[in-house]
Order: sequence, then C-alpha cells, then structure tokens
Amino acid sequence: MTTPKVISRNATSSELDSEYKWGFTMDIESDLSPKGLSEDIVRLISAKKKEPEWLLEWRLKAYRHWLKLKQQAPTWANVEHPPIDYQDIYYYAAPKSDAPKSLDEVDPEILAAFDKLGIPLQERERLAGVAVDAVVDSASVATTYKETLEKHGIIFCPISEAVQSHPDLVQKYLGSVVPFGDNFYATLNSAVFSDGSFVYIPKGVRCPIELMTYFRINQADSGQFERTLIIAEESSYVSYLEGCTAPARKTHQLHAAVVELVALNDSEIKYSTLQNWFPGDKDGNGGVYNFVTKRGLARKNAKISWTQVETGSAITWKYPSVILDGDNSVGEFYSVALVNNHQQADTGTKMIHKGKNTHSTIVAKGISAGEGNATYRGLVKILPSAAGAKNFTQCDSLLVGDKCGAHTVPYIEVKNPTAQLEHEASTSKVSDDQLFYCQQRGMSVEDAHFMIINGFCRGIFQELPFEFAMEASQLLKVSLEGAVG
Amino acid sequence: MSTTAKGSKPLLSIKGLKAMAGDLEILKGIDLQVKAGEVHAIMGPNGSGKSTLANVLAGRPDYTVTGGQVLFEGQDILKLEPEIRARMGVFLAFQYPLELPGVRAWQFLKAGVDAKRVHNGEEEMSAREFDQMLKAKVAEVQIDPDLVKRAVNEGFSGGEKKRNEVLQMAVLEPKLALLDETDSGLDIDALRIVSDGVNMLRSSENAIILVTHYQRILNYISPNFVHVLYDGRIVQSGGPELAHELEEKGYDWIKDVVDAAV
Repeated sequence: MTTPKVISRNATSSELDSEYKWGFTMDIESDLSPKGLSEDIVRLISAKKKEPEWLLEWRLKAYRHWLKLKQQAPTWANVEHPPIDYQDIYYYAAPKSDAPKSLDEVDPEILAAFDKLGIPLQERERLAGVAVDAVVDSASVATTYKETLEKHGIIFCPISEAVQSHPDLVQKYLGSVVPFGDNFYATLNSAVFSDGSFVYIPKGVRCPIELMTYFRINQADSGQFERTLIIAEESSYVSYLEGCTAPARKTHQLHAAVVELVALNDSEIKYSTLQNWFPGDKDGNGGVYNFVTKRGLARKNAKISWTQVETGSAITWKYPSVILDGDNSVGEFYSVALVNNHQQADTGTKMIHKGKNTHSTIVAKGISAGEGNATYRGLVKILPSAAGAKNFTQCDSLLVGDKCGAHTVPYIEVKNPTAQLEHEASTSKVSDDQLFYCQQRGMSVEDAHFMIINGFCRGIFQELPFEFAMEASQLLKVSLEGAVG
Repeated sequence: MSTTAKGSKPLLSIKGLKAMAGDLEILKGIDLQVKAGEVHAIMGPNGSGKSTLANVLAGRPDYTVTGGQVLFEGQDILKLEPEIRARMGVFLAFQYPLELPGVRAWQFLKAGVDAKRVHNGEEEMSAREFDQMLKAKVAEVQIDPDLVKRAVNEGFSGGEKKRNEVLQMAVLEPKLALLDETDSGLDIDALRIVSDGVNMLRSSENAIILVTHYQRILNYISPNFVHVLYDGRIVQSGGPELAHELEEKGYDWIKDVVDAAV
C-alpha cells in the first residue's frame, strides 16, 4: 500500500500572515429550517431525510429526554461561556440543490471552497488513495472512491444514505455505544443529527485506503450535529481521518457531534482527527463551541486508537473514550491540544477496563499560549472483572508566555487488585535559554518556538498518517500566530 | 606581537566593550583584535567575565551592553539579533548545551544550515545533500552517528553534549567560533576528541576564541595568543607561554600584578 496523500494544503509563509486562512464563506443557497428546536423541527429533519419510523421515534425519545435535561447542561468542565440559547440556532441547514450523483453535479462554489481548503476531492486524488466524504453544514456533498471500496464490500457513505441503504446495520448499532440519553450534548445530537459518515468494514477485510471525512460549518448561526458510526467486523482494519474547519463568524457556532466506534473481535480502528474549527478572534469574539462525544467499544482482542490534534474552536469539550469490553482489548489515546488567545480546551479520555488483560495508553500533550486555558481531564477505570489490566498515562503541558493556563485532572478508579497503572505528568515552559540556543544556530524566535513545540508533540504526530502529520504541524504553526516572536 | 600579515583587516574588532548582567557591571572595557587564522585563548579566574564576553558577542539577551563597539567583518553587530549574528558566521559553543526534547538533532542542524544559506541568498539545502554532508561531518569529528537521530542533547552525557557542539560547529562552518569552557567537565579522552575536532576545523579562513579556566585544553589546541581577563578587563596578553606561566603561578599571581599596578 502506498502512503496516501491526505490533504495537499500548502501553507506558505505569506499565507501564515492571514489570521484564519480557512475563514472564507461560501455563497451558496441554503435550505434552512426555522430557528429553534421543537418536536416539529425533529419531525421535519427526519422527514427531509425520508427516515424510517423507528429512527424518528428514536429522535423523539432523545428530544423528550433532552427537554428534561434542559437546565442541566454540564458545568463541571473547566470552561466558561455565556448560556447558549438553543432556540436561536438553526438545526437544519443543507445546501439547497438535491444530492449530487457525481462531482460534476456538485455546486461549483462548494468545489471552489474545497479547492481553497485543499481537500482532495478530484480525480487526481484517486492516485493518492483517499476516499473523502465531505460534509458541508449538514448534508454530504460528495463521496469519492465508492467503487474501489465496494469491491471489498466496504461501505463508506453519509449516514443519511446508510439509513436508506443499510437500515438494519444502522438500527443495530446506532446508539449502541453512545445511547441517546448519554449526556446533554449527545442527547441533543441524537434528536437533531443531520448527517455524518457511516463506515462498515466486513469480516476479515483490511481497508486498503485511508477513509476521510471533511466537515465544514458554513451557515451563520447554524449548529452542526453530525453523527458518525464506524463498524469494524471481526478481524477487520480501518484507518479513518476527520478534518474540520468553519468560516470566521462574529457569533459563536455550536458543534455537538457524536462518534461511535464498534470494534468487534480481533478488529482494529484507528481514528485520527485534525480539529481546526474557527477559534474566535484575538479578543475572544466568535468561534465554535465544540462539544463532542466520541466513544468506542472494543470487543475481544480488538484495538481502538484515537489520535487527535485540537487547534481550533473557542471551546473544546471532548473526551474520546474506549470501553475495553473484551479480554485482551487495547485502547489508545494520543492527543495534542493547543490553545491560544482566549481559547479554552477541556479534553482528555476515558478508558473503561472491563475485560481481562486489557491495556490502555494515554499520551496527552497540552500547549497553552496567549491567554488560553487547557485542561486535561481523564478517567481510567478498572472494573472488578478486569484482572491483569494495565494503563500507562502521560500528561505533559507546555506553557508559552505568562498569561496562559494548564491544568491536569486525572481520575483513577481501580476495583481489581491485579491492575497496574502508571501515571506521569510534567509541566514545562519554553525557556529563554532554549530559545537563545536555537537563535544562536540561526533560527528566528518564531521558528525556534515552532521547532520546540513540534518536538514536544513529536510522539503524537508519529501516530498520524504521514501527510496528516505534516498538516498537523502546519496547523500548529498557524495557530500559534501572534503568540510568539 | 602579531604573527599574521600586517595590513590584513581584523575579522573581529572589540573596542571598549562594557556590559552588565542586571545591576552588575561585568565587562569594564574590553579591547581585542582577532584576525582570520588566529586562535585566541581567554583565561581568567571565576567571575572575571570571560564567559560573559563570549555570550555578549553572540548576543545573549541576559546581558546589557552599556558601551563600546564590536565590529565583525567591519560591521557593528551589537544591535543585531543573535540569529543574524549566527547567520553571519558567529558561533557559540555553549558551556551548558540545552536539551530540546523531541527535536531531532539533524532537524535542528538543517534549520541552522538553511537559515544561514537563505541569509546569504542561497537556496535551502536539499535533504539528500544535507544527509551526505552530515554523514561526512559526523565521521570527521568522530561522533556517534546515532546522536544526530536522537533529540538534541536529550539524555546526552556531558561529553556527548560537548561533542555535539563541535559537530554543530563543523556543520555550520562559522567564521568566528566562541568556545565557552568547552573543556569543562570533560575527561581526558573526551577532551582529546573535542580538541581534535576543533583543530580539524581550524583554518586560515576562520578564527577561534577559546574561553577556559584551565591551561589543560591548550595542550591540545595551541593558541596564537593568550589573554588574561581579570575583573572585566584584559590585564595581560601574550603568546602560549603566558598560559604556562599562569599554570605555574596560579591566578593569584595575576591579582598581585594588577593590585600592584593600582
């Protein structure tokens, strides 16, 4: 298998002068539902998507449950924001034209926007080996590589399409890892989710290419509630990537996604994220509220690996987790979270050990710059059944400047005496001596910061597919603009 | 006293250099001329200002220059950022080289090489060319090839750190190398290897200022000139014999000489 090229975005030094280079908006007609949330809106969304009755019922159950939770949005995270007016949000916004059958039918404005983003939608990318499912606001606009994947029996399509074409699979697994009542934002998502990706890897199949979804919020004041479901049958393998951007808007945008991974016996799912939602401006105006629930279920001998590089969003609230259900299952979490200006991130993971001899690894790197505040929050839970469980946790924080914050909140619950847990944590600062050392070898202060921060993240970037790692490194550089030098 | 041809312009010309660390005046008026092809040893007791001199020349921000002039190839460099001086060819081998966790040594070196080339209006070096050059330099200064694959100085022994400084010097090919107590903390074998590396890099095109407390390293790197720094001033200058005299008589002798002069 050749190394797939994932994104060909070229961040040149002149581009780096722009504050948020993905901040253009597309001038396409949107099909908007009225603002606000009600049972009618839930029914409208379901009807727009021609959903079966069971799915509408599931959404309504979630909506009614959410009404009960309404006053109980979680407040335990180390983030601050004014109350969100859930009646002032569009819950459904799709580009107006009907779903395109091929790239030729895709709105040229959308294609041009993807060009700016450097997303590999076009034919040339076939050589590179990436199948892309691009979600603008709520509907999937184009899915490439379908034929290649079909040969292997792999399903990779918008979840709205899967509801029509593979309702049995969706019904069986939707909500099986993140139930509709799981938490405030997941419940909201369950009621109003509009689209997202669906992946199914048949038994014994190793997916030959990296699958990728590119998410983008375009409509002002719209929420994005995508739902992703990945099922890896026994002894299968898939590597899945997601990228996210949003235009620069003065108001906050809500993004409440749910991702469910099902890794059956002996299978492996590798899930990589580059999250670059608009972080707000230098003074903290605007930006995406990124409240996301991601969880995977690992059966016997299965492995789930989350790798995330979080550089965007005004607020990130996200804990990609693994339930190590089967014996010998493995869970991994590799994370870089960078906050600059007024960004806030409360992110981490949960590793729930149920099976015997289950192993989990957590490596979290937080970088705080400007007036940013980064919190690692993680739970390692060893249930009584998890004899021989092992966890290794490493949390490192790096401070750039003297107005930022870094916090580490690890929770550990051990109910089996044979478990072994290790926890390492460090907090460091980019020192003046390190900077001078780099300068004395010819580097500018800015390049020196960048090199030191990249070095700090190296262990995480190594977990990413090569091109994605390059992209991640560029994202860090852009996100650090103004914080150094 | 000069052994080089008269009329050749000095590479480095220091006149009346004064510098402070915080409220403390450390350099109280340094005058020194260095020509290409020369090796100058700066010796002196602890606290005399010899490390400060090397660091001020490199532009370390911990010090404030309060007077004097430093011309490098005829250009006043005191107002220039440290990275500009570095790109012009001023190199400081650190007394305590810094660890840069996760930053691979070869990447660090390539960034330095490219910064210098771009400064000189050249293209960045291709990965292949750099790789070949680095291999050759690694062999030349007899450093463990694995060191360049590891993170810069991370977990290196004291000797490895100093050897890594010499490798960096070899790769960056400075016109003026400031060696700040490069011999400190080295055992005799490491001292020999480091000295061999420095001697190999010595040429008629470059100059070396070697800051040291001990005469020991001068057995391996023979200087053209030896200067004795005391209380922020150069109080004695001479040939290699001065180092031997110091070794025999100790720094107290210098103190007596200076005190007698007052």
